[in-house]
Amino acid sequence: MAPIILGMIPFGLIAGIASVEVGMPAWGAGAFSAIIFAGAAQLAALDLLAGDAGPLVVIGTIAIINTRFVMYSASLAVRFDGEPLWRRVLMSYFLTDQAYVVTITKLDAQPSYRPRLAFYLGGALSLWSAWQVSTLVGAVAGAIIPDSVPLAFAFPLVFIALMVPAIVDRATLSAALSSGVVAVAAADLPANLGLLAAAGTGITVGYLASRRAGGETG
Amino acid sequence: MTTSIWIITIAGGVITFLLRFSFLGLADRADQVSPQVREALRMIPAAALAALVAPAVLRAGPDGALDLLNPRVVAAGVALLVMWKTRHVVLTLTVGLGLLVGLQQVGWT
Repeated sequence: MAPIILGMIPFGLIAGIASVEVGMPAWGAGAFSAIIFAGAAQLAALDLLAGDAGPLVVIGTIAIINTRFVMYSASLAVRFDGEPLWRRVLMSYFLTDQAYVVTITKLDAQPSYRPRLAFYLGGALSLWSAWQVSTLVGAVAGAIIPDSVPLAFAFPLVFIALMVPAIVDRATLSAALSSGVVAVAAADLPANLGLLAAAGTGITVGYLASRRAGGETG
Repeated sequence: MTTSIWIITIAGGVITFLLRFSFLGLADRADQVSPQVREALRMIPAAALAALVAPAVLRAGPDGALDLLNPRVVAAGVALLVMWKTRHVVLTLTVGLGLLVGLQQVGWT
């Protein structure tokens, strides 16, 4: 768990710095982080806001990037189906890539593990705290970073750092490549719609590639 | 906090929560998502992130023109290799930013 938490900190710092850069006060950066609580989506939204994108495109981008949570939600629902509603509401708010992966890995290894809710919430709460503290530190400390550091370039670098581990096979690689090509070609579309077109293309191409790979192996 | 940032924060937060709650909310009625839907959802991170990276790196010319001879292309390419080989986030950010600053210092912009 500790390496996973440490790994979040640079993303949180950048999110905090970027929140202030688009004009949020430090408390606003904290509210943004606490209400959305999804790193990649927050960073993408801030990147678009820095480029003067409209609210609808920003909200659409947050929705697309976070649609992956449906997959985690479905997978967890099967294993936590006896829990009362309020606990499942709590679980939902705290659901992240990291909390999901850690919990599923544990339950795959020990399917009869009893304190599964405590295990999930304990991990999720540590991740939540690390994220909130690091965005706040970024928001407060961001102002002291010298202007000579090209911070705008931190965005593509952070997205590279998030993207590389997401490319795990040929299908996800073709999703990334096709999406990248469309995004470059469609960057002139108004209101950053090229981003949504690119993501849609990548998802389709990746899905088709995965179907084809599945067909080949039987 | 401007009104439009508040709208984005609240709407983004509500949508994100509903996506997280989707199947957990159904709980005992929840069945596994169909393998097809699962497979499409699995493509989202790679596709969405590539859509953010590629134009920022490859269209860094004046007014967002395609520019393959930009120092950002080199810095991002090296950062990609570093991340791929080491999976080290801080190292990736440091090498990428450091390389861009270095290349700009020697006059390549």
